[in-house]
This record gives sequence, structure tokens and C-alpha cells, in this order.
Amino acid sequence: MILYFLTLVLFVMGVYCLIAKKNIIKKIIGLTITDYAINLFIIIIGYRAKGIAPIMFKNMTMKELTEYGVDPLPQALVLTSIVIGLGVLSLMTAICLRLYEKYKTFDMSEINRLKG
Amino acid sequence: MVETFLFVLLIFMIVGSIIAIETKNLLSSVISCGIVGAAVSIAFLMLAAPDIAITQVVVEILILVILIRATIMIDNTAIEAHWDTFAVVSSLIFFGLFLVFAFLAVQDLPPFGHPSMRVSQQYLETGLQKTGAANIVASIVLDFRGYDTLGEATVIFVSILGSFVILRRRGRKRRTEGDTEKVGILSEAEIREDYEEFRE
Amino acid sequence: MATKPNLAASDSPKGMTLIVKTVVRFAIGIVFMFGWYIIIYGHLTPGGGFAGGTILACGYVLLTLAFGKELALTKMSDMAASIVDNTCALLFVLVPILGIAFGYFFLNFPPHGKPFNLVSAGVIPLYNILIGLKVTSSLFAIFLALSIFGRFISKLVEEAEEEE
Repeated sequence: MILYFLTLVLFVMGVYCLIAKKNIIKKIIGLTITDYAINLFIIIIGYRAKGIAPIMFKNMTMKELTEYGVDPLPQALVLTSIVIGLGVLSLMTAICLRLYEKYKTFDMSEINRLKG
Repeated sequence: MVETFLFVLLIFMIVGSIIAIETKNLLSSVISCGIVGAAVSIAFLMLAAPDIAITQVVVEILILVILIRATIMIDNTAIEAHWDTFAVVSSLIFFGLFLVFAFLAVQDLPPFGHPSMRVSQQYLETGLQKTGAANIVASIVLDFRGYDTLGEATVIFVSILGSFVILRRRGRKRRTEGDTEKVGILSEAEIREDYEEFRE
Repeated sequence: MATKPNLAASDSPKGMTLIVKTVVRFAIGIVFMFGWYIIIYGHLTPGGGFAGGTILACGYVLLTLAFGKELALTKMSDMAASIVDNTCALLFVLVPILGIAFGYFFLNFPPHGKPFNLVSAGVIPLYNILIGLKVTSSLFAIFLALSIFGRFISKLVEEAEEEE
């Protein structure tokens, strides 16, 4: 239980950084930390005690895999989620660079002040 | 044993993210974010997920390189003169409430180490025989749940395409009849200009 | 008459120092081979298309950082990256539609073969290769675009400071 709670604490810290900091790069870092926390939470839920990876080798019996294998479904979903996080980060960085070109600063409160 | 090791790793991650959030130098903060990612990858390895550990390490390296190369070269310090008190205070209150409710909600999840694998038991038992792939995670990603992978490929494609549209330097209209230069990320003139400064 | 500059020379001013260039010359072949191994054996060992594609993209980024972007562009130009990206995305939609002829969308129609062989598991290795190529070209192209744009902005900022 304490493991799940600590992962949610990490998630909350990522969202705090996203809200309360004014520099855009810090906000991007907060979103990245949130991503890591959520992926970790999903994989922790799928762990089985004394588990082995869900990959079959040559001299392994089927009984070993079904009795000790960890949950493969969260791993499939997290594989998707990690690479999507990278794509979203590239889009955020592109917008960030355009904002810097226009307003010459990374500071959100300055941009709010200068914006018309 | 796995539980205590994960506990130590999570404390390490929380300390690393506190450093990433509070430090004023942007380069240090990006490097701390990279350390949190590396610790997450070790946690994945401890939780018997080698596929995910490989992907997490490599994606985290690319995240670091993109952030440093694209943004830190321009402006390295984050000068915050004053707090935005409303945002900080309200977010602290809401997150305190969230953590209280999360602590109560987490009691209802299955205990650590005994997941309720209703569908996954079927995947483990019949995966090799139905698809012929020894890697059960690959057979789920590409055969049992292939439609989700199609959605993921679409999301990555659209996000990269969106980044190109945002970073485009010139429009696509042809101004004169002789203006037949292909407009991509780089133009021919730029590459020639870089050769010039190279040769000197 | 200016000759074409040797992009991979150890003493060219672009890129990093001599030690980095020598080490990268040895290591880059191993990085690419490792990336292709993870993609092709994705149905037998951990890995798959996404991990292997990102490793290949990291290999191209290593070339860019060590030797300068001109050399990396001769290895994969931006037009080639765009063509590979779009073709693989298109094929990744067309091959499941081909499965409709045999049954349903996304059916694994080739024969499954013996398990633990390299050629087995039907159409899964083909999907791995398509996704690997797509992710490689996408991530390398976006890295080039962001770093070139970043340099353009720092040039603008310098010019603005000079004018003041």
C-alpha cells in the first residue's frame, strides 16, 4: 500500500510543478515527471509475487509461465504510453521555441503581461 | 525484498524530483529529471518488465537530448522574482486533499504482488499457441490488441507532423514563377551557407 | 577552385574533439547493429519496434552531435526521412486491411511456423520492422528540426543584441 501511495506522491509533485512554476521549461519537466509516475504506478499494480518476465524461453514449461509470470497487459499499455510521451514532449518544445522567438523570454508571467 | 528495494528507489525518485522542481539553474533541473527517469527504469527491471526498461532508458535519453539541445542553449537560468501566491497556495491545499483521499482509495486496490489477472491469464496460457510468438508482450501489442498500436502510431505521426508545421520557416505559396525550391525543414540556401562558414 | 570538404575528417572545425570522433567511429556500427537486432528479434526477446526504432534514432543523433549535421544529412537526408516515415505509416494501415481478405481486420494471416525460430509468428516481425523504421525517421527529423530552429533563434537574439 505504501508503494502505491508514494507513487501518487510523485505524481502530485509533478502536477504541482506544472501549476505553480512560471518558467515554461519547468512546466515541461513537471509533465515529464507526471508521465514517469503514472507509468510506474501501472506496472507496480501488475507485479506478481516471485514473478518472472512474461517471455517464454526454450526449456521452460508452460506451467512455470502461467504460475509465475507477471501481468503482461499493463506492460503492453505502458509501452504505448512511454513513446507517446516523447511525441507530446516534442510538440511542447516546438511551441515553447516559437513563444521564445516571439516574446524573447521563457517566463509565463511576462508573456501574459506582454500579450496585447 | 523487491518491496524494500522499490521503497528505497521511490524515496530516491521523490528527492530527485524535489531537486528538479526547486533548483534555479535549468540545466541542473533537466539533469535531475533524467536521474528520475533512470531510477524509473531500474524499478521496471526489478518488476520483471525488461521490454519497458529498454524503452524507458532510450526514450529518457532522447528527452534529455531534446530538452538540452533545443532550449538550454538559449537561456539557462530561471529567474523567479516573486511567487504566484494564489497558484501555490491553492495547489497545495488541493493536493493535500487529493493525497488524503488517495490514501483511502488505495486500500481498495489488490495488495502488492497479487494482481487480479482475469484476462491476462488467458493471454499467458494461450499466447504462444495462438500467435506463435515467444514474447507474450509483443503478441499482445501487435496481435491481440493491434488496434491500440494503430492508434499509437497515429498519435506519434500526428504529433511529429504538428511539430513540423509549427517549426516551419516559410510558407508554401510560390511567390514567383521561378521559385521552385522545395520547402522542407532546411532550405538549400541554409546548407550552402553552413558550408561557407565551414570552409573558412 | 574550392574542393568539397571532407565531412568525416578528424580535424574539421565542426562537431566535437578528436577523441569523441574516433570513439564514435568505432561505436556507431555497434549501435546500429544493436538497434536492428532489437527490432528483428522483437518477437523472441524483449524489445520490439518502438525500443529498436528509438535506439536507431539515438544512433543518428550521436552522428549529428559528434560530426555536425551535414554528415548526418548525407546518411539520411530530410527528404528521405520524410519518405520513409510516410511510407511506413501507410503500410502499417494497409497490411491489416489486407487481413480482411482472410478474415478480419488485423488478422495474423501468414502461417505461424515453429516457435522460437526467427521466421515465425506470422506478420508480427513485419510490423516490428515497419514501426522501427517509422519511429527512427520521425525522431531523427524532429531532433534536426528542433536543433536547427534553436540555432536560428540564438542567431536572431544575437543580431537583436548587436542592434541595441
